[in-house]
Amino acid sequence: MKPAAFDYVRAESLDEALSVLADAGEDARILAGGQSLGPMLNLRLAQPAVLIDIGHIPDFDRIEWTEDGVIVMAGARQAALLADEALAARQPLLHAGMPWIGHVQTRARGTVCGSLAHADPAAELPLLLSVLGGVALVRSASGQRGIQAADFYAGMFQTDIRPDELLFAARFNALPEGAGVAFREVAERHGDFAIVAAAAVADAGGVSLGLGGVGDTPLVYRWDGLTLDLARDAVWELADRLDPRSDPRADGAYRRRLVKTVGLAVVKHALETRHAI
Amino acid sequence: MRFERGRRHTVRFTLNGKAVEGEAEPRMLLVDFLRHGLGFTGTHVGCEHGVCGACTIQIDGAPARACLTYALQVEGQELRTVEGLAGQDGALSPLQAAFRRHHALQCGFCTPGILMTMDAWLAENPNPTEAAVREALSGTICRCTGYTQIVAAVMDVARQGDADA
Repeated sequence: MKPAAFDYVRAESLDEALSVLADAGEDARILAGGQSLGPMLNLRLAQPAVLIDIGHIPDFDRIEWTEDGVIVMAGARQAALLADEALAARQPLLHAGMPWIGHVQTRARGTVCGSLAHADPAAELPLLLSVLGGVALVRSASGQRGIQAADFYAGMFQTDIRPDELLFAARFNALPEGAGVAFREVAERHGDFAIVAAAAVADAGGVSLGLGGVGDTPLVYRWDGLTLDLARDAVWELADRLDPRSDPRADGAYRRRLVKTVGLAVVKHALETRHAI
Repeated sequence: MRFERGRRHTVRFTLNGKAVEGEAEPRMLLVDFLRHGLGFTGTHVGCEHGVCGACTIQIDGAPARACLTYALQVEGQELRTVEGLAGQDGALSPLQAAFRRHHALQCGFCTPGILMTMDAWLAENPNPTEAAVREALSGTICRCTGYTQIVAAVMDVARQGDADA
């Protein structure tokens, strides 16, 4: 339960981190809060040659509110975003979903971008980014590019980030005016990874439902013009089409049942809390 | 700055208000460094993958798993362990005293992690509900008490209005 040996780089600047990353590529892993990577290192599921610690880069933990959404830089911890005074009013879905992430101790260290890049299919932040939409800003020694949320997740624990790039910041899109939102999940204990997590946004045009824990990546579905009386049929019809994954904690059939109950609950709650525009 | 594997490197930080210094390999867990490198054995090692909470300490005032942190990461930071809770004269902190009063421990293995978690948490949440206390305790596992006495001790301190427990 001790990690395999690695070289440790305490990056003093983003340029230093990117230069080490350019040389090491797939042999390097980025260390921010360490709450996802740490267990993988200790269990030797990951054995990188180089660990690049970006936690000491100055001014790397900013959270900026813009008209388009909230931009969270790579050093910003989950607890910092959760404690942001603007969160409840300006991004109520993040406010509803983020308390489900881990525990007090892991949120105090874990970063928003670290969780996004780790790409656990049952984690809350990848689901929230997927359903809200947004952009992952990645940077390498040769430049920066933005990856749309819909294109970011490539598979279980896999993203579109290339070996020489790091996730520099992420933008969660602002909600449409008057949108209703809801988040709920079922786990064995609070703070465990979700068996099924569901997030919904109801706007003037319809409802988006995001599901975590069901597929290899967060799944997002959209119904235009959905109303409360049609919600049950829509969600159940979707659940019957899904082929949720099975693992030792829950089989696919149980996950499908959870999509029907938890998915329907968030869709209804989002519709009920939507304001007329 | 690069620190090569297989070698020991100097790390300096503040521990319970005092400057400390030692040498650690890059892969050394902070909890092992505190216990074996510096002799601060009050912090316990449980699961070593961030689940049980026994190793929780405070880094720059926030609760943190010392098994998910490497010693070289905390260069220049302020750390506080369970040894830092009691006063100079050995008097228990209000939270420690409440744990004693309410029998909030039996074997004591989880206690340092719970104390350091709730000490930091009460400073941020001085007037909590019991449900919030239970949620905050969810990141630390106790197999003896059934948590009831721990919740009672934390609520007692909160009612005393002493957030600096």
